Amino acid sequence: MISFDNVSKQYKNSNRPALTDINLDVEQGEFVFLVGSSGSGKSSLLRLLLKEETPTTGLVTIDGINIGKLANRKVPKLRRTMGIVFQDFRLLPSKSVFDNVAFGMEVIGKNRKEIRQRVPEVIELVGLEGKEDRLPSELSGGEQQRVALARAFINQPKILLADEPTGNLDPSTSVGIMKLLDRINRTGTTILMATHDVAIVDQMRKRIVQLDHGTIVRDQARGMYGHAGH
Amino acid sequence: MRTSFLAREVRGGLRRNFTMTVALIVSVAVSLTLFGSALLMRSQVDRMKGYWYDKVQVSVFLCGANSLAVTCSSGAVTDAQRQDIRTTLQGLQPTVQSVYYESADEAYARFKEQFKGSPLVANVTATALPESFRVKLDDPKNYDVVANALNGKAGVESIQDQRKLLERFFRILHGLQTFAMAIAVAMLLVTVFLVMNTVRVAAFARRRETSIMRSVGASNASIRLPFILEAVTASVLGAGLAAGTLVAVKQFVIDARLQPSLTFIAWVTWQDVITILPWLFVVGIGTAIVASGLTLRRYLRG
Repeated sequence: MISFDNVSKQYKNSNRPALTDINLDVEQGEFVFLVGSSGSGKSSLLRLLLKEETPTTGLVTIDGINIGKLANRKVPKLRRTMGIVFQDFRLLPSKSVFDNVAFGMEVIGKNRKEIRQRVPEVIELVGLEGKEDRLPSELSGGEQQRVALARAFINQPKILLADEPTGNLDPSTSVGIMKLLDRINRTGTTILMATHDVAIVDQMRKRIVQLDHGTIVRDQARGMYGHAGH
Repeated sequence: MRTSFLAREVRGGLRRNFTMTVALIVSVAVSLTLFGSALLMRSQVDRMKGYWYDKVQVSVFLCGANSLAVTCSSGAVTDAQRQDIRTTLQGLQPTVQSVYYESADEAYARFKEQFKGSPLVANVTATALPESFRVKLDDPKNYDVVANALNGKAGVESIQDQRKLLERFFRILHGLQTFAMAIAVAMLLVTVFLVMNTVRVAAFARRRETSIMRSVGASNASIRLPFILEAVTASVLGAGLAAGTLVAVKQFVIDARLQPSLTFIAWVTWQDVITILPWLFVVGIGTAIVASGLTLRRYLRG
């Protein structure tokens, strides 16, 4: 469903391309780790999918739609098919857990009835039932990331992008988040997760795409982080 | 986006940005009050023109015993001269609509009535005031026709065009009106900058909200709408204050004070005031939408 064909990305104020000749296909329902050191191009790859950037050359398609050529006014519709979570959670500090999750539905115009029905379901899915009225500052890091995941998943996206979602969490909390991502993956949601977390990658045994200086140096099904074949 | 959610966002935004909101409301109120005053002044001038030009006359003062003008060398106007002048004036129809003779005694009576209670009255006697013809023209601009016919005629001391006096007065009013409008435009410009700055600060303060909105696929319009509505809300409040100020000026200054003491002026009516009020809101809301829209295009790019 996601495909990169000979994609390169050169930022204006940089002398080195961020991505060079990327070819990558991801099927519906796959779970893919994007690994590689900082500056290897993981974030650029995610930004291309969100159309926060457009490829310099090559073709990025989702479900056969050319993302690079997508008109600006159609971008919101594209993003409604995707959820995204970040290392720093990005919750709204003045809103309760319920309102943070509901925000994802409010701003795309869902009605009150749908919101009242859907939000509690997703809060339960991420294991935060009973904490709907708490503020983000009253939650642990792991709980905050669960709220962020609930918000990303609230509109049932086909694709979930996760940029270092466990980067700020301790190992045992990270395991809980990974279990949740796995559960979401099993509902048929395609997941692309950029990470540095060796332990997690080794434990999950999912497909690994390793980037180095903007090129794919490894693409391995059921891989381990450190045991690259190069 | 649901209206209740939108209303909550707008209210929260205005509260969080409280001092800026107050500054914005006051700025809009001041600039629109000036704008409204300038418009009101124009209606006032129009009213006065209509009222006074209707009453404007050419006064032909006749020689008295002590007149110094060359045409009065033979002393006070004689009956024959007076008759000659009257005939000349009546011959100027239809430019001259009516001719009314005011004797010195009548002039004195009118003077006493106008300056009732003033110490001036005691010092003026009937002989000090000249007799005159009051000439009503079909169009006050045709003064020259009368002036040419009577210039240099024996018995005529002077000819006075009241319109000239009024025009000087209207020129002053017109100057004041232009001045008020210029200040209003300058203030509106200040308001535009204030709106831009307020919206920019608000957009910066809520960059997290807007980035989340973008990432979950909110449309550009719905991301910008809360900011625009905040600016519009502040503007409507400001326009409301300005409207209230104008109504208060009409009620408590014009109606309660000026009108009873200056009865010879036609004052602006409620109709004039009510016609102006919607424009305050149109200009206020328009300014807010344009200024915030332009700012958001720059600072909230998708």
